[in-house]
Amino acid sequence: MIALLKRDLALALRAGGGFGLGLAFFLIVVVLVPFGVGPEADVLTRIAPGILWVGALLAALLSLDRIFALDFEDGSLALLATSPLPLEAAGLVKATAHWITTGLPLTLAAPLFGFLLSMETTAYGYLLVSLLIGTPALSMIGTFGAALTVGLKRGGLLLSLLVLPLYVPTLIFGAEAVRRGAAGLDASAPLILQAGITAGCFAILPFATAAVLRINLR
Amino acid sequence: MSWTRPVLPWSFALAGLCLVVGLVWGFFFTPDDFRQGSTVKIIYLHVPSALMAINAWIMMLVASLIWVVRRHHVSALAARAAAPVGVVMTLIALFTGGIWGQPMWGTYWAWDPRLTSFLILFLFYLGYIALWEAIEDPDTAADLTAILCIVGSIFAILSRYAVFFWNQGLHQGSSLSLDAEQNVADVFYYPLLICIAGFVLLFIALVLMRTRTEIRARRIKALQARGQHA
Repeated sequence: MIALLKRDLALALRAGGGFGLGLAFFLIVVVLVPFGVGPEADVLTRIAPGILWVGALLAALLSLDRIFALDFEDGSLALLATSPLPLEAAGLVKATAHWITTGLPLTLAAPLFGFLLSMETTAYGYLLVSLLIGTPALSMIGTFGAALTVGLKRGGLLLSLLVLPLYVPTLIFGAEAVRRGAAGLDASAPLILQAGITAGCFAILPFATAAVLRINLR
Repeated sequence: MSWTRPVLPWSFALAGLCLVVGLVWGFFFTPDDFRQGSTVKIIYLHVPSALMAINAWIMMLVASLIWVVRRHHVSALAARAAAPVGVVMTLIALFTGGIWGQPMWGTYWAWDPRLTSFLILFLFYLGYIALWEAIEDPDTAADLTAILCIVGSIFAILSRYAVFFWNQGLHQGSSLSLDAEQNVADVFYYPLLICIAGFVLLFIALVLMRTRTEIRARRIKALQARGQHA
């Protein structure tokens, strides 16, 4: 498992791996929003939590089809399926690698982008914590979606259509936690619910991912 | 397939009968509501279609589970056949709700939990149908969509309760529920029940017809494949 994780991380970090692409995309979304809604600081302050969460979600979506596509094409996915490591664990590792290369950098960069959108100062901690709890769920759900569409020639658009509705609960609780933090309210309830969703995703979705991969490799 | 041939025309006829009786009764022979006026009558389309939009998904979930466990081909095809009917039901519910909402709430659309969860349900249907259409091999498509339906159901329920957390509602409570003392006033209740029966029968008839079509299409494909080999 560790070897697979290291391999995936190395592949993502090397040239052409697309590391940093999600981060750049996130930055562009954050830069484009003021052009769309106007530069007034009070408007930006109000919508900053939502924009940051939606931006992080879209940035995570961007790199999903890389999770399995290359491995599927060069046959290493078939090798993984026949290896002693169960496919469920492989799915878990893939999701973890995706999180380390996209979710974690997004989380760490988000407070900086919050500064660009003149977010409420009380919200920074909540933003960091809610993204830290929520982005693993995004990676795991995305891994399932990527496994569903891995056999398709042009699965990218379909992947977004399948995955985005699944992101709804994560987004709701994540953005709600930051909004409550910005308003100075108690945000523990949405954070706990979001942690529950993340834990549930990691408990169930590796099995669904493995089942779907087996079907696609048949 | 054999038993559906005699059942099909009957279910269509009964659905038509129930809908005609229920809608005519509901539209022309019930009094106007004292606050909502005649707009209340859209309930005869809105409630049954919303009910069937959810039931169609539940039926797809059951059919998907049967396909995953027992690998009965008809159940996969029935799930596929039900999806477009469910989409149309969802759209009918959303549109009739909007038409009713404009005079009553002063808006066609509000980000109310129920409305939002229906929109999310609509997106789930779209994804499900798109996945069916995207995969060529029928067995692979059936397997993948079945798993999507099962996982999607979990997330649909999660979303349903998550949106309550996110925004408080404008939509009134359930028009019908099994444990309520009284649901809606009796004058509206009986035609509504007939309309619901009509929608259920219509759904059954449409799904049966579409499933039969799917089975025939599958047979034609098999025959063509055999013809090419010979």
